[in-house]
Amino acid sequence: MSTQDLLTGGTPAIAGASPAAGPRQVWRRLRSQRAALAGAIVIALLVVVAVAAPLLTALEGQDPNTYHDSLVNSATGGVPIGSFGGVSAQHWLGVEPGTGRDLFARLVYGAQISLLVAVGATLVEVAVGVGVGLAAGLGNRLLDQLLSRTTDVMLALPWLLFAIALIAIVPPGFPRPLLLMLAIGLLGWGGISRIVRAQTLTLKELDYVAAARLGGSGPWRIARRELLPTLTAPVVTYAALLLPANVVGEASMSFLGVGVQPPTSSWGQMLSSATTWFREDPTYVLLPSGLIFVTVLAFTVLGDGIRTALDPRAASRLRVGTGRKREAQS
Amino acid sequence: MKGYLLRRFIGMVSVLLALSLVVYAIFYIAPSNPAQLACGLKCSPAQVAQVRQRLGLDAPVYLQYARFLEGIFVGRDFSTGTGVMHCNAPCLGISYRTGEQVTSMLATRLPVTASLALGAMVAWLLLGVGTGLVSALRRGRFTERALTTLTLAGNSLPVFIIGLLLLIVFCSVLQWLPFPTYVGLSQDPQQWFWGLLLPWTTLALYESAKYARLTRASMLETLAEDHIRTFRAYGVGERHLITRHALRGALTSVIALSAIDLGTMFGGAVLTESLFGLPGIGRLLVYSVQIVDLPVVVGVTLVTGVFVVFANAVADVLYAVADRRVVLT
Repeated sequence: MSTQDLLTGGTPAIAGASPAAGPRQVWRRLRSQRAALAGAIVIALLVVVAVAAPLLTALEGQDPNTYHDSLVNSATGGVPIGSFGGVSAQHWLGVEPGTGRDLFARLVYGAQISLLVAVGATLVEVAVGVGVGLAAGLGNRLLDQLLSRTTDVMLALPWLLFAIALIAIVPPGFPRPLLLMLAIGLLGWGGISRIVRAQTLTLKELDYVAAARLGGSGPWRIARRELLPTLTAPVVTYAALLLPANVVGEASMSFLGVGVQPPTSSWGQMLSSATTWFREDPTYVLLPSGLIFVTVLAFTVLGDGIRTALDPRAASRLRVGTGRKREAQS
Repeated sequence: MKGYLLRRFIGMVSVLLALSLVVYAIFYIAPSNPAQLACGLKCSPAQVAQVRQRLGLDAPVYLQYARFLEGIFVGRDFSTGTGVMHCNAPCLGISYRTGEQVTSMLATRLPVTASLALGAMVAWLLLGVGTGLVSALRRGRFTERALTTLTLAGNSLPVFIIGLLLLIVFCSVLQWLPFPTYVGLSQDPQQWFWGLLLPWTTLALYESAKYARLTRASMLETLAEDHIRTFRAYGVGERHLITRHALRGALTSVIALSAIDLGTMFGGAVLTESLFGLPGIGRLLVYSVQIVDLPVVVGVTLVTGVFVVFANAVADVLYAVADRRVVLT
C-alpha cells in the first residue's frame, strides 16, 4: 500500500467531529418524539391534499374557479348565503364572498402553491448558502472577507422589501411560483452560509481533511468528498427551520398582491381579500389563517424534532418560534 | 472611541455604495428595458428611443451610475422634452408615472411609517419588557403564564393574521373600535392615536416575545452574579437590586435590539401598512412594484438600506455607551 492510498483512503469515520449517526438511527430518534411525529403526519396530510387536489375537488364536485352568483347575496355586496360562509353539502367549507367560488377547492389548491414555493425556496437557499459558505470557508482571506460581509448585509436587510422590489423587474410572463421561490430563496441564504462557513473553518483544520489535502485533493474534491457529508446534519436542521418561514414568506407576498396572480388561489391572497370581508364573513378569514398556522406549527415542531434527532446533545425542550430561524417580517 | 466611529462610518458608507451599485445594476441594467417602462406599453420604438435619450439611458453604464450618484449627492437635471426639471440634492430619480421626485414622494410617506414604527416600539417595549420582568420575578404564576403565552402566540403567527384577528375581535365582535383610518398627528392627535392603536398592538404582539426572552434571560443572569449576592448579604433591598442592577443590565441589549428593529421598520412595515391601509413607505413600494415604477422601487430599496445600516451602527454604539464592559475596536 502506498502512502498515497493511506492518505486518501481514510474514511471520514476517523474525523474528530462527533460520530455521524446513521439514517436509521436518526429515523428512530425522530419517531420517538411525539410532537415531531404529529408534525410529520400533518405535513404528510398536507402533501397528500396538495397532490390530490384535483381528485378531492372532483370528489366534492366543484372546481376552484367557477363563479356561483346564486350563492352570494348581491343585496349586501356578495355575502355568502347561509351560515358559516355558506357551508352546504355541495360546498363543504362554504363559498368565497363576492364571487361564490368554492372555498374548499380554493384552499386545497392553495396548499399546492404554499408547499411548492416553500420547498422550492428552501432548496434555493440551501444550494446558494452551502455554495457561498464553502467558498468562504475554503477560499483565501479576500474571498472570505467579501463573502462574509455580503452574508452580513443579506442577513441585516429586510428580505421581504427586497423580494417585493425584485418582482418589479421580472417580465410579466415569468411563471409566478418559480419567481417567488427565487425571490425568497435568493435573499434568504445568509443563515445557512454563515453556519456552513463556520463549520468548514473548524473541519478543515481536522486531520482527515489535512490528509486529503496532502494527498493532492483540490478544494472542490475536499468540499464534496470530505466536508459535505459532515455538513449534512447542520444544514438539514437549519433548512427544516427555514421551511415554516418560507410558508409565511409566500403567504406574505401573496397577501401583498405581488405573489401568485389570480385566478391561481393562495392562502395569503385569500387573506388579503378577506380584509374587506372580516366583518360580514369571519369564516373567510379564519380558514386560511388556521391553515397557515397549522402548517407553520407542523413544520416548526418537525424541524425541532429533526434537530433533536440529528444532534441529541444540542436537543432542548420544544421551542416554538424562538427566533432561531431567519428573522420574520413585520 | 473616535477612531471606532470614524472606521464604522467609513464601513457604513462603503456598504451603502456597494448596495447602491448592486441595486442600480439589478434594476436599471439587468433584464428590463427602463425606457420602455418609462414610456409605457403603447410607445413606438422611435418614442422609446427619445425617452431613452431624455433619461440619459443611452449613455455607457458606468456613466449612468455616476450620474445616479451625482444626483444623490449634488442633485441633477432631467430634460422633460420641452424644458429642464431640476431634481434636488438627495435625488433618487423621478417617478415614471407621476413625474414627481422620488425623494419628495418618500418624504410625504415617512411621517406615517415613523408614527407606526415609533408607537409600535413603545408598545412592544411595554409588553415585551413587562412580560420579561414578570416572568423573571414571578415564575409559574398566572400572570406570567398568560403573558408568556400571549407573546409566544403572537410571535408564531404571521403579522397579517394577528392583525386580522384583532380586527375581528375589536372592530367586529366587540365593536370597541372603528376600522382604523390614518389621520396625521398634526391634524388631529386623538384621531391619530385611535387610528394607529390596532396597528401598534399588532406589531407589539408580534415583536414582544423576542424582548420578553431577552429581558428575562438577562435579568436572571445579572441576579445570579456574585456582586448581587454580596449586595443581598449586605442587606440591600430587593427592589433596589431589581431596578438598579438587573433591569439596567437587561436594558442594554433591549435598547440595541430596538434600534435595529426600528431601523428595519422605517423602511416600511409592509404587511402592517397594507393590512390597515396606512399610506406609508411600505405601501408605496408595493404600489410602485405593481405599476412597475422603477425609480420609486429603487428609491425605497436604497432608503431602507440606509436605515438598516445606520440602525445597526447606532445599536453597536448604544451597546458600548450603556455597558462599559463593551470595548469598541
